[in-house]
Amino acid sequence: MNPILMDFEKAQRRTDIPDFAPGDTVRVHVRIKEGDKERIQVFEGVVIARKHGGLRETFTVRKISFGIGVERIFPLHSPIIERIEVVRRGDVRRAKLYYLRKLKGKAARIREKEVVSAGARGIESVEEGETLASPSEAAE
Amino acid sequence: MITGLIGKKVGMTQIYEPDGTAVPVTVLKAGPCVVVQRKTAAKDGYEAVQLGLVEERPPKRVNKPMRGHFARAGVPPTRILREVRLAPGGEDPQVGETVLVSLFREGELVHVTGTTKGKGFAGFVKRHRFAGGPASHGSMFHRAPGSIGASSYPSRVWPGSRMAGHMGMRRHTVRNLRVMRVDPERHLLVVKGSVPGPNGGYVIIRKAQV
Repeated sequence: MNPILMDFEKAQRRTDIPDFAPGDTVRVHVRIKEGDKERIQVFEGVVIARKHGGLRETFTVRKISFGIGVERIFPLHSPIIERIEVVRRGDVRRAKLYYLRKLKGKAARIREKEVVSAGARGIESVEEGETLASPSEAAE
Repeated sequence: MITGLIGKKVGMTQIYEPDGTAVPVTVLKAGPCVVVQRKTAAKDGYEAVQLGLVEERPPKRVNKPMRGHFARAGVPPTRILREVRLAPGGEDPQVGETVLVSLFREGELVHVTGTTKGKGFAGFVKRHRFAGGPASHGSMFHRAPGSIGASSYPSRVWPGSRMAGHMGMRRHTVRNLRVMRVDPERHLLVVKGSVPGPNGGYVIIRKAQV
């Protein structure tokens, strides 16, 4: 990519996005505008894909709502995202978890990632429902 | 008043509106330009300036007549020269002066002229958006033109009938593109939508309303 364009995109990118990967369970706080009022809606589910890159990156979150699978694709750098919380880190062996669409119930579970040594404290904070920015930051 | 300047297409990307709408934009490196020649109504029949685009890479070889032309304006030689009309009112730039991207404001509409990407010798379907025929089910009519006119009258093909031929690589103007950002420091102009030509192609950016 052209360096000028790269600079331009870099300036538009958000820096407050936590580090998360497919398999993780996230809570996405979305700004919703209804007339003049603005409120926050939370969408919690498993990240099943991260696509594209740079400013155009998007991620797909899947959850089961009243027995029906619901997926939402969010642009990662969009201003409508108030914040993203990582609830749980999943241990998966694929970058795209589309196979989850065919599974339900017990089969659709994802094993929790065992964070090595220093990251162990990260797990505790996750259980308390706090935002885990990244394993390295949690270690500090 | 000067109405435009020369730019170079950097590429396309997107920006987000505060409400989350992603807007497709083209980033242009616009200017800096120098005025090489002034055309006047008295001498040339119209009011305009000839601009040269100042680039990081100056021309390697400049022939003697062109060297004289640049020396007369007192500016270093440039690769690209384009003319831009002057509008009545405001201050006209003098020969040797610099024209910068700051002449545009955010939210303003601009026309962008450039040379479109060449498509070579293109068939009917691509060049004139003809539908073509079915691909299968025994069809023997795929991407052929079909009828190109009547028979005994006119006994010839009307001039201007749409046919296969060279496509692209021609001058084209996209009108009324909205200016989304102006960065005078880095000479960048960001317009909404697409602009003719490949990345790195030269374009003329003019104000839509003067």
